[in-house]
Amino acid sequence: MKDWRYWLAEQRGTLLALGIFIVMFVIYTSNHPAGFTANVVQTAANKGVLLAFVAIAQTLVVITAGIDLSVGMIFLLTNCLASWLVVGTPIQTALGVLAVLAVGLLCGAINGAVVIYGRLQPIVATIATGAVYYGIGLLLRPFPGGSVNEDLADALTGRVFGVVPASLVVLLAVVLVIWVPFSRSVLGRAAYAAGSSETAAYMSGVPIRRGKFAAYALAGLLASIGGLFLTFFTYTGEAAYASGNAYTLFSIAAVVLGGVSLFGGKGSAIGAIFGALAFRTIGDLLFVFDFDPLWQPLFQGIILLVAVSLGAFALFRVRNRLEWFL
Amino acid sequence: MDSAVPLLRVEDVSKRYGGVRALEKADLSVSIGSIHAILGENGAGKSTLIKVVAGVVAPDEGRMLLDGREVTFASPAAANQAGIVCIFQELSLIPELSVADNIVISDPPKRFGMIDRKAQRRIAEVALARAGAADIHPQALVKDLPLSRRQMVEIAKALARKPRILILDEATSALTAGDVSKIFGVLKRLRSEGLALLYISHRMNEIAELADQCTVFRNGRNVASYKAGSKSDNEVVELMIGREYSHIFPPKLPAAPASAAPRLEARKLSWTDRLDNISLSVRAGEVVGLGGLDGQGQRELLLAFFGVLRGLSGQILVDGKPVAISSPAAARQDGIGMALIPEDRKTEGLMLPMTVRENLSFASLDRLSKGGIIDRAAEQRLIDDMVGLLAIKTAGLDIPVGALSGGNQQKVVIAKWLMRQPRIILLNDPTRGIDVGTKQEIYQLMRKLADAGAAILFYSTDYDELIGCCDRVLVLYDGAIKRELVGAEITERALIASALNIHGEESPVGLGVEA
Repeated sequence: MKDWRYWLAEQRGTLLALGIFIVMFVIYTSNHPAGFTANVVQTAANKGVLLAFVAIAQTLVVITAGIDLSVGMIFLLTNCLASWLVVGTPIQTALGVLAVLAVGLLCGAINGAVVIYGRLQPIVATIATGAVYYGIGLLLRPFPGGSVNEDLADALTGRVFGVVPASLVVLLAVVLVIWVPFSRSVLGRAAYAAGSSETAAYMSGVPIRRGKFAAYALAGLLASIGGLFLTFFTYTGEAAYASGNAYTLFSIAAVVLGGVSLFGGKGSAIGAIFGALAFRTIGDLLFVFDFDPLWQPLFQGIILLVAVSLGAFALFRVRNRLEWFL
Repeated sequence: MDSAVPLLRVEDVSKRYGGVRALEKADLSVSIGSIHAILGENGAGKSTLIKVVAGVVAPDEGRMLLDGREVTFASPAAANQAGIVCIFQELSLIPELSVADNIVISDPPKRFGMIDRKAQRRIAEVALARAGAADIHPQALVKDLPLSRRQMVEIAKALARKPRILILDEATSALTAGDVSKIFGVLKRLRSEGLALLYISHRMNEIAELADQCTVFRNGRNVASYKAGSKSDNEVVELMIGREYSHIFPPKLPAAPASAAPRLEARKLSWTDRLDNISLSVRAGEVVGLGGLDGQGQRELLLAFFGVLRGLSGQILVDGKPVAISSPAAARQDGIGMALIPEDRKTEGLMLPMTVRENLSFASLDRLSKGGIIDRAAEQRLIDDMVGLLAIKTAGLDIPVGALSGGNQQKVVIAKWLMRQPRIILLNDPTRGIDVGTKQEIYQLMRKLADAGAAILFYSTDYDELIGCCDRVLVLYDGAIKRELVGAEITERALIASALNIHGEESPVGLGVEA
């Protein structure tokens, strides 16, 4: 086989998610009264990147064959925190942003420490830490409120050169600065290796613990970037329990749509981003086709099922039934 | 030992697991530029010794000297750094990563803090070429490679770490004959380059060809060390098992009359490009072998009978009647009564964390239950019978099956199926990586089952087994049966010649397909 075919096989999940997203987005914009304009794209991007950041966070942990049910709560906690700290002069604002990101990183690091060094199951550990993070968020903002540096907020949710949504530029920057170096570093490879076969990784002398720890910690950081953007869009902080849970669950849907294997060791954040964008477009599609918003959860569920089934079509080609279980 | 200071010395090392003594004051010296074979039954302490040397387990007492200096290893990585690299029996490759990723995994080349993929590719290509496996693409995912190729990747990975002491634990067990000879060439070159090699194998001919020095382990102790070639195979095996070594293969009965109706029959079976128009028949009481090089469709043929393959063309007949077997659950039903002992007991044969008891009764739960409730008394009776019949050595029925030795695990897999009293038994290389004693028990069991009326189809990569156990051998090549060997025709020469598909003037293939 030629090199490019190996590359293609590796990227299949990501390309499928990209395909699904493009099809849905084309249907959406071609039925939108305004059509494919900078405004429509900007609105869609701003809604999409929130889930995209949380989905990257989820990807990092899922690659290690874990799961992080606290990402939605870190997202809320950092939103509440940002509504206190990201205000004032540019210097104060910048320090506030750093503080929010540091708290996100810390939350992720705590998850990692509990899972790796405490040897707890990720699913239980992150339900527990997620509840703690939510509780702190609620103490910070018992009622919705607060504010944010609106100059910064408007700049990051507006457009660059009048056409490109700034939120997408930030998303791209995050991918280039965090995801790409991580996935190509020794720690990133250790995270993949641990997710694929932890014993084999251990026997090969791979730094499994550091790799997994980095994945959990970066997941917290990514969730906090999502939390910052939520603040930029809403100008307030709110500890909305249902919203936090929804983001957690949607992030899992997005990674699966994006071709990331829940069994670990396989997939990329790029796929998860397209998965997140595609998932977000479902709601917009209902809007342009004039459905009652009440239909949204039902349709999201159906489209998720259909999309995940697309990946399962490969099973029909399997002629050795043992491969069903691989 | 010839040289003054051995490269590695292990002194008085002991290790206990719970109440079991795995190693008891074991000694070993390994010198530069030699291949040192370690022999012993499973459970003799070889694996534990290697794990101690490779830093996987810490010994309870004793010490290790490297270059005359005392060392302790906290982890496999620490042992690697000291130049000790181990190729484990259980492959240490990461399935979702590429071949190149795996080869450099312990110390990837870095550039600006990130892994340098071009350098990684180069290292992988060099290592694969050194291992004689340049046909493997560095970008292929390990999970897509067959077992024999993975083993070659494992060896390339070890070489890429530039070891001073290389430990091979049953490293050739999954390899094809061609690969084995390439690897032997590589190992001899490494010896001449001054490496010390520790070589663990159950294959006596490999040890005879490679080893300079041999040490035999029994019950956790080194019982004998001698220069390779100074003892006969029989003497060595006696040292290993501590009992008389005779008649490893049970006598074959006169073959069932050719007129007898076949129990299992295949007519023109084809499947993708792996099986090509295969017709064969197995009578009750017969042991029919499948021979040939590894990966010529033998495994797929067994899976085809067992209802695992989809899109199979051709016909399968049981007792002369065509049957449609759509799954392993259908294959084991009363009318068919088929059992398959799979190749990889750890994934296809056993649920390792579950207990011996649960594993034993898995295949028979339908028979042991009424209205969905398991009859525990009946289960216990049947399990007692099987543990007795197969002499399974276990500390109890309620310990995880993963805690048993390889040979005993394999016995559990076999016992699980014998509990259903199968009429057709398919075996896929059942003795791979298990000790001589257990192998012998399995041969005897096979013959006993055949004598009791079972039809047995037996794939083995070990030609001795085919010669010793089978009434007939069908040799596969490229998915098709190329040759049938009957009775005295089954010789090593004939098996090898037909496996390579070179059989000059002999008469054409006569396949026992009854009309």
